[in-house]
Amino acid sequence: MSATIALQPGALERHETPTTREPAWVKVLLIGIALTFFTVFLLFPLFAVFIEAFRKGWGTYLAALSSQDALAAIRLTLLTAAIAVPLNLVFGVAAAWSIAKFEFPGKRLLITLIDLPFSVSPVISGLIYVLLFGAQGWFGEWFAAHDIKILFAVPGIVLATVFVTFPFVARELIPLMEAQGSEEEEAAVVLGASGWQVFWHTTLPNIKWGLLYGVILCNARAMGEFGAVSVVSGHIRGMTNTMPLHVEILYNEYNYAAAFAVASLLALLAIVTLGLKTLVERQTRKQQTESLALENAS
Amino acid sequence: MKLKALVSGLLAATVLAGNALAADISLLNVSYDPTRELYQDYNAAFAKYWKAKTGDNVTINQSHGGSGKQARGIIDGLEADVATLALAYDIDAIADKGLIPQDWQKRLPNNASPYTSTIVFLVRKGNPKGIKDWNDLVKPDVSIITPNPKTSGGARWNYLAAWAYALEQPGGNEAKAKEFVGQIFKNVKVLDSGARGSTTTFVERGIGDVLLAWENEAYLSLKELGDKFEIVTPSLSILAEPPITVVDKTVDKRGTRKVAQAYLDYLYSPEAQEIAARHFYRPQDAKIGAKYAKQFVKTKLVTIDKSFGGWRNAQKVHFSDGGVFDQIYVPSGKR
Amino acid sequence: MAIRKRFSPLPGFGLSLGYTIFYLSVIVLIPLSAVGAKTIGMGWEAFWAAASNPRVVASYELSFGASLLAAAINVVFGLIFAWVLVRYRFPGKGLVDALVDLPFALPTAVAGIALATIYAENGPIGSLLKPHGIEVAYNPNGVLLALVFIGLPFVVRTVQPVLADLEKEVEEAAAGLGASRWQTFVKVILPHVTPALLTGFAMAFARAVGEYGSVIFIAGNVPMVSEITPLMIITKLEQYDYAGATAVASVMLIFSFILLLVINALQGWMQNRYSKGA
Repeated sequence: MSATIALQPGALERHETPTTREPAWVKVLLIGIALTFFTVFLLFPLFAVFIEAFRKGWGTYLAALSSQDALAAIRLTLLTAAIAVPLNLVFGVAAAWSIAKFEFPGKRLLITLIDLPFSVSPVISGLIYVLLFGAQGWFGEWFAAHDIKILFAVPGIVLATVFVTFPFVARELIPLMEAQGSEEEEAAVVLGASGWQVFWHTTLPNIKWGLLYGVILCNARAMGEFGAVSVVSGHIRGMTNTMPLHVEILYNEYNYAAAFAVASLLALLAIVTLGLKTLVERQTRKQQTESLALENAS
Repeated sequence: MKLKALVSGLLAATVLAGNALAADISLLNVSYDPTRELYQDYNAAFAKYWKAKTGDNVTINQSHGGSGKQARGIIDGLEADVATLALAYDIDAIADKGLIPQDWQKRLPNNASPYTSTIVFLVRKGNPKGIKDWNDLVKPDVSIITPNPKTSGGARWNYLAAWAYALEQPGGNEAKAKEFVGQIFKNVKVLDSGARGSTTTFVERGIGDVLLAWENEAYLSLKELGDKFEIVTPSLSILAEPPITVVDKTVDKRGTRKVAQAYLDYLYSPEAQEIAARHFYRPQDAKIGAKYAKQFVKTKLVTIDKSFGGWRNAQKVHFSDGGVFDQIYVPSGKR
Repeated sequence: MAIRKRFSPLPGFGLSLGYTIFYLSVIVLIPLSAVGAKTIGMGWEAFWAAASNPRVVASYELSFGASLLAAAINVVFGLIFAWVLVRYRFPGKGLVDALVDLPFALPTAVAGIALATIYAENGPIGSLLKPHGIEVAYNPNGVLLALVFIGLPFVVRTVQPVLADLEKEVEEAAAGLGASRWQTFVKVILPHVTPALLTGFAMAFARAVGEYGSVIFIAGNVPMVSEITPLMIITKLEQYDYAGATAVASVMLIFSFILLLVINALQGWMQNRYSKGA
C-alpha cells in the first residue's frame, strides 16, 4: 500500500498569513511532539543498529561481513532481488498499460486483486507455497518425482519474494498513467508509430520517474522480506539463507555484533532507498511543474 | 554470453573431474537449536576422518531451528540426509510420513542417541532468588524463562522434568503435578519458540530470574558470559535423549547412504564423544564420561519411557491440541 | 481528466491485459486459492475447531486490538507529522521528511531486533522506563510498539498531500468570518482531511494485522497473552498441523480482503472529494 500514496506531491511549502497562523506555543509544541516521536521511534532504532554493529570494533564488523555464510546470504539476497524485481517490473508496466489506457469491464476488481498481496500477511504468503509445493502439497509429489526442488530452495524463496513485492510497480504506474491520459500516445499512433515505438518514445519518458520509484521500493522490500521467506527457506546455512534470515540466525547464536553487522547492511540499504526516493520525488515534482508551465504557456 | 558461460563452466567441470579422483560429497544435517557449536566442530572432525579413510571430500551443510519446525521442514521436502533432533517424537513424525522406517530408533545404539543431556536451571550470579529446586520455581516472585513446549523440543523436556518432580514428591499424583506445572507456567514471562531464543532472552536481554535450559545450553552461556550466571542442578531431572537418524528417502535418492551412515556411526567414536563432552553433552562412552565427570553433576534422572510411557504417549497426553499443556494455559484465561 | 474511448486506437490491449491476468493468476490467485481449497477440504467442523480454539481467539484479540490501537495512535501522530511537515519550517525538516518512510524501507527483522535491543529491560530506553514500572518489551506493549513503528508512514503519507492542497483562502475566509484558529481547524481543516485520515488508518491497520517480522522479536510470545495471529500460523505449522494453520490463515485472508475493499472504497471517496475541490 505504500505505493498507492507515493507519487503525490510531497511537502509543499505554504505561506502563512496572520489569520491562518497558530499561536507560537502551539507551533513549538507540535514540532516538539513530532521531533520527539521521530527521535524515539525512528532515529533510535536506526542508530541502535549501527552502534551494536560496531560495538566490537571494525575488525569484528568486517570479519562478520566477509564470513562465508554472510557472503552467501548477500549473494542469495541479490540474486532474489535480481529475479523478482524485473519480473514485477514487466508485470507492472503491462498491467498499467492495460488498465490506464483502455476501458474494460471488471477493471476495479482487477486493481483490487493486484493490491491483494499488500494486505496478505507475509506468513500466509509463505504458507501458500508450502501448501502448493511442500512434499504433502498439491504439486509437491510431481516436482519431487521430477527432481525439481522448489520449497527449501532458491525457487521457493524467489516465488515468495515475487509474491510480496508483486504490486509495487503496478500500483505506482496505474494512477500515474491514468492521470496522464493517452492523447499523446494516440497522436503518435496517428502519426504512424508502432506500438513499441509509442511505448519507448512517448510513454516511457513520461513515466520514467514513477517507474524508478516503484522499482526502488520493490527492491527494498525484495531484499528485506523476512516472514514469507522464513517459512519457505529451510534455513540451510550458506545455501538458503537470505540476509534477513542470516541476521536472525546470528542473533540466535549469541553473535550479536555479527547479527547487527549484517543488519547494518540492510539498514544502509534502507537509507539509500530513502535517499533515492527523495531524489526521485524531487524530479517528479520538477517534471510536474515543467509540464504545468508548458500547458499554461500553450 | 550465456552460452559462453555455460561452455566454460562445462570445461571447468570436466577439468576438475579429470584432475581429482576424489569425489566431492555434501550432506545436509538438519538439527535443533543448541547443537550449532557441537556440529560445527564435529563436522570438521568428520570431514578429516572421511578424507583420511576414503580420500573423498565431504562438506556438511547445517540447518538449525526449533526441533518441531525442523521436522516439519523434512516432512515438507527439506532434503536432509541426516536428522539430529531434540526428541524422538519429532523423528517419529517423520517416520509417520514414510520417509524413514518406524523402527528407526533401533538402528543405532543407545536409543539412537550418541549423547544425552538433562534439564538444569541457569540463574543470575549469586542466585538472588535462592532457587535450589523445582519447588522454588512456583514462588510468586520468581520469573521464569522457557521456550514453548508446543514448538520446542527442549521445552518439552523442561515441562516433563517438572512434571516428574511433582509426581515423585510425597503424595504426588497427576492432579497435583498438573497444578504444580501450571503454577510454574504462571511464572513464565517470555515463551520463545525455540531454546536458543529463550537463552538469548535470559542472557542477553536480562529478563527473568531463572532459565530452564538444556544442560549443554546452560554451560555454553556460562562459557560465553561466565561471570554473570550460575548453574543449579535440581534434585531430580529428566534424561534427555536427542536422537539421530539417516533420512532414508533422501539418502537413497541422492546416493549418500554410505557416508551419511558413517557420519552418524562416527558420532559414537571416542573422538566424537570427546567433542560432545567438550560441548557439554553427556557422552555415552563411559571412559570419556569419567574424564569429564566433573562438569556433569550427578542427580536423579527419570526417563521418558518409564515415567511417561514413551514419547508418543507423552505427546498425546500433554502437548497435543487440547492436551494438558493447553488446559494449563486456557481455563485461567488472561492473567 | 483524460478522455478515454472504449475503442482506443492504441495497440497492445490484448497482450498487456492477457499477460496481466496470466501473471496475476500464476503468482497470486492460484497460490491463494490453495488456502481456500484446503480450508474447504477440511470441512466446517474441523475448520471451526481450529479457528475458534481459545488460544487462537486470544491471538485475534491481541492482533486486531493492538492493530486498531496502533492505527489510532498513528492517526494522531501521523496528523501532527503531516501538519508540521506541511506548515512549518524547522531545522532538520528535510531529514524528518525523508526518514518518515524508514519503516517502509527498513527490513522488518532489522526493525524487530533494533526495537527489542532498545526497549528491553537492559536497553537504553527500556532501562529508563523500568524504574517507573513501565515495561515495553516482551508483553503486549511490545506488540503495540512494533505496530506503531510499522504503521506511521501510512497516515503521514496519505494526509500530507491533502493538507498541502488545502486552499489557503478557505482558512482565511473562515478566519475572516470570525472563527478562532481552533474552530477553523475543527470545522474546516479536519473535515477536509478526514477521508485521508481514514484511508491512512485503514492501511496502517491492514499492515499491522499481518505484520510478523518486527513483532516476534519483541512480543515475548506468551500463549493467551502476547501471541499474534501470524505467529499462531507458524506455531501450527511447526506442530505439523497444516489444516489448523490453513484455517487460521483463511480467517485472516477473509479479513484482509474485506479490509482491502474498504480501503478501495475510501480511496474512491478521497478521489471524488479532492478532485471536485481542485
